[in-house]
Amino acid sequence: MAIVSPGFRGRPRPAADLPPGQYPTEDFPVLSAGPTPRVTHDRWEFTITTETGAKHHWSWREVMALPAETVTVDLHCVTRWSKFGTTWQGVSLDTLLADVDTAADYAVAHSYGGYTTNLPLEDLLDGQAWLAYRYDGDDLTPEHGGPARLLVPHLYLWKSAKWVRGLRLGLEDEPGFWETLGYHDYGDPWREQRYQGD
Amino acid sequence: MGNGTDGDLGQVVDGNALAGPLTEVFAVDITTARARCTSCGATGPVAALRVYGRAPALVARCPGCAAVVLRFNRTPTAAWLDLQGATSLHFPLPG
Ligand SMILES: [Zn+2]
Repeated sequence: MAIVSPGFRGRPRPAADLPPGQYPTEDFPVLSAGPTPRVTHDRWEFTITTETGAKHHWSWREVMALPAETVTVDLHCVTRWSKFGTTWQGVSLDTLLADVDTAADYAVAHSYGGYTTNLPLEDLLDGQAWLAYRYDGDDLTPEHGGPARLLVPHLYLWKSAKWVRGLRLGLEDEPGFWETLGYHDYGDPWREQRYQGD
Repeated sequence: MGNGTDGDLGQVVDGNALAGPLTEVFAVDITTARARCTSCGATGPVAALRVYGRAPALVARCPGCAAVVLRFNRTPTAAWLDLQGATSLHFPLPG
């Protein structure tokens, strides 16, 4: 017999906050498609490569020196769980892309461990995406993508690449790890774009 | 590839986990086949691959070098099989 009614756990949220086909969860499931990379801060680097091959690098210390933002967002995983009100700290992609000269329409995020995922560049701009390095007040653990992961909460969570090490910008949309195995190129949870053709 | 096996406890099972899902696309039990890893050249039974199933699809990796050997995604309307990481699959068959 539970002492505390389940109703007291977390804030009740209107069903309107839940995209179609999703269920809310209180915990934070760890999904993994491979060994968890362990990258120390001194070896970590973030690189943006433009369509001309120009590279912009940031060390861990350089990222820490950039203005940090704290955001509270809902997460929607394609495996059907959603988690409301998660709080992250990181650097806006607007800040990282501010001095990058590009005509690209698309980006491929690539990660330590070899993971990739593709997104339109415009979905990384205008306050929609972060390089996140703290979760719920603590340093991001490797299981959740630390030292730093992409956070793009308006798309399914597979777009929020864990262990991210850079972006390759390009003129063409280039499908990533899950997108080449039947998952949707865009992945809007509100339009339930789980698979190719959705 | 990071060395993070300690973080993978409970996440990984062996290649026998592929048997059920792949019966829909293979007439024979794929776990009895031997796969050659494109990345390192090692050959071993599919049953010995390391399968990550707590993911949007099944990802089977080489036990030697951790490269992806085989991926399988069953959507509501299709099956997607990626064998890019396998140079070959060798099935023993009755003569
Ligand atoms: Zn191998």
